[in-house]
Amino acid sequence: MPSFVITDKCDGCKALDKTACQYICPNDLMVLNKETNKAYNRAAEMCWECYNCVKICPTQAIEVRGYADFMPLGGYVQPMRSSNAIMWSVKFRDGQIKRFKFPTRTTPEGSADPDAGFENGTDDIHSPLLRTEPQSLGLEELKNIEE
Amino acid sequence: MSLSDHFETIEINTDLLILGGGMSACGAAYEAAYWAKKHNKKVTVVDKASIDRSGAVAMGLSAINMYIGLKDNDNKVEDYVKYVKNDLMGITRDDLVANIARHVDSSVHLFEKWGLPIWKDENGKYVHEGRWQVMIHGESYKTIVAEAAKNALSSLGENGKYYERIFITEPIIENGRCVGATGFSVREKKIYVFRAKAVLDAMGGAVHVFKPRSVGEGLGRSWYPPFNSGASAYFTLKAGAEMTCQEVRFVPVRFKDAYGPVGAWFLLFQSKATNAAGEDYMQTRADELKNWAPYGLSKPVPANLRNYLMMLEVMEGKHPIYMQTAEAIKNIAGQIEDEKEGKRKLKHLENEAWEDFLDMTISQALLWASTNTKPEESPSEIAACEPYFISSHSGASGAWVSGPEDMAPEGYKWGYPNMTTVKGLFACGDASGASSHKFSSGSFTEGRIAAKAALAFCTDNNDIPEISAEKIENLKKEMLAPLETFENHKEYSNDKDINPNFVKPKMFMFRLQKIMDEYAGGVSTHFMTTKPLMEKGLEFIQYMKEDSKKLAAEDIHELMRCWENIHRLWQAESHIRTMLFREETRWPGYYFRSDFPKMDEENWHCFANSRWNPETDEWEMMKREIKELVKLDA
Repeated sequence: MPSFVITDKCDGCKALDKTACQYICPNDLMVLNKETNKAYNRAAEMCWECYNCVKICPTQAIEVRGYADFMPLGGYVQPMRSSNAIMWSVKFRDGQIKRFKFPTRTTPEGSADPDAGFENGTDDIHSPLLRTEPQSLGLEELKNIEE
Repeated sequence: MSLSDHFETIEINTDLLILGGGMSACGAAYEAAYWAKKHNKKVTVVDKASIDRSGAVAMGLSAINMYIGLKDNDNKVEDYVKYVKNDLMGITRDDLVANIARHVDSSVHLFEKWGLPIWKDENGKYVHEGRWQVMIHGESYKTIVAEAAKNALSSLGENGKYYERIFITEPIIENGRCVGATGFSVREKKIYVFRAKAVLDAMGGAVHVFKPRSVGEGLGRSWYPPFNSGASAYFTLKAGAEMTCQEVRFVPVRFKDAYGPVGAWFLLFQSKATNAAGEDYMQTRADELKNWAPYGLSKPVPANLRNYLMMLEVMEGKHPIYMQTAEAIKNIAGQIEDEKEGKRKLKHLENEAWEDFLDMTISQALLWASTNTKPEESPSEIAACEPYFISSHSGASGAWVSGPEDMAPEGYKWGYPNMTTVKGLFACGDASGASSHKFSSGSFTEGRIAAKAALAFCTDNNDIPEISAEKIENLKKEMLAPLETFENHKEYSNDKDINPNFVKPKMFMFRLQKIMDEYAGGVSTHFMTTKPLMEKGLEFIQYMKEDSKKLAAEDIHELMRCWENIHRLWQAESHIRTMLFREETRWPGYYFRSDFPKMDEENWHCFANSRWNPETDEWEMMKREIKELVKLDA
């Protein structure tokens, strides 16, 4: 199945107020089995392989086994995501390994200031100017079709 | 005691109700917070998932595809309008596209300030993939944008709220005005009734209406996300709003099976696509483009025509079609004479190629790994995906909305920007039609435009609409009917999925996909259809509408799946009816009417609009004139 839970590594997020994978899955697929206290993907064939459960899991208990109806076995792609970068390990079927690291954000998490230091150009709710415009456009005024 | 008595009903009153949590909904929440604070209004956002990772950008993106560059005079607003109109074979609303284009740079500059890493060149300018596309390190694109939207909402205190994991089922209409929506929690036994002065539909496009190429586990590997299930179109249709371009589906050509993006390869790396014999079909079939003039002769060649030339190769058995990745890399790295420098460049390109997939379609990286594919050494197959409904890319389906006051021609405006033909109901992103190529940044921007307009509507229409108790009771009953159906009949059969008294949502979806695939021009018929095929398809759709009353759900997760497929069904029906109405072939690489195989500018250079009439339960089809603000270059 696309994303799957490694039984030994999943602790059901017992130390957290919510099960991380269940919280994040955009397709409502990850569920916590309350009896075993382990999470699982309830419908592998509806999984987009978006890796959001993999990225958020605090114990690295979730991996992806590529869609078996078109992927040969043996490939492996696993991320480690920090607050400003992501590191990917890519293992090929023939055993070769590649690693990639990419930045993910330039500011501290939580710091996004809606106005971002731009001034608002109007108080008129019927004006076409939007919040922070025209300054955030880098212009003196809105540019329309000139023709 | 009926089943709905086991559910707690929660009623929420708000001024502006924003439905959805993707890029356009985040743009809406962001903008709404500012104007709501000034006017002491309440803003409520409702998402079926969690906003940090919901919508089409949930996985991330490797590029922002809409940036005009107005501040540096790189392009003008009208340049973008021309680009979009030509790509859509002349069928677009200039006023809507121009409105997004004049604001979109502001959104991109905000994303950068919030922390999105945008690639820069040595002069500090954005690195472009193509004329309109800028490269990003976009793994966290959605979480950054969601954070700004949430921070904006929290500035409203008690007046700014968001609700996650609530699935919206129906609009609430009173005296022709949209006054709210109903939904249920997918986590608890709770029904929600939202009452609002204005409602903004931002619930995304539709996927899994057509049968996908992969039907095992790979069913989920649709190009657009499988959780985009047609909620937007259903909502406006059921409200009685006029729709536009419901025939203009999108068929992307992507790396085969895992559907990795091709934009960086075509534009940034200047790669060619060829047939199995290595022939560049864009050159060998260039004459075909004359049949689709003037659009076919413009640059860039419209996406649907590029598709079509490739499909002709496939129909003649000249595939596999390959993206010539190795050749492209060699062309770039080979230009460097210094050996050490050449190696460094090669490494750099390899990194860029892998990031392109890892940022937004991780499965494609997994497919490369599992097939030992190294793009610098060997080409990779590309193919046409199944059709999707998405007006933010090169499709156009959605609601017919009012244009901007200062730009829209007569007939294109009836009040507030982005308001549908139903009073108080606004649409943006994949929910609004005929304004293609807005992508992530333009969708966010259109959300901003629509939310500001919707709040202006709230200040001008400050009454709190009454909703009859009987209407609410009926909506609740209808909402939970699949649970009731399962409870009433489950003992009859030994198999919870096989029972003559009901149908489960999964098989219901497969039935819809089969009908659409075989009768409405899906993958297995090479996107070809005719009047007799579509009429037959509509017969089967009618059975499905009847059977939708017998959908059954074991739990609230399955209840959501039931409703998603009711939504898909309506998207499907409106699609077939509009393709049937338009008696020509205009986008041959999206669908081909073999009974009308040519483009007919004289009769069909117009919008094909439609409306489901809630009073009569009948479909009204109408032509709407194209009113141009910008002329295409001769």
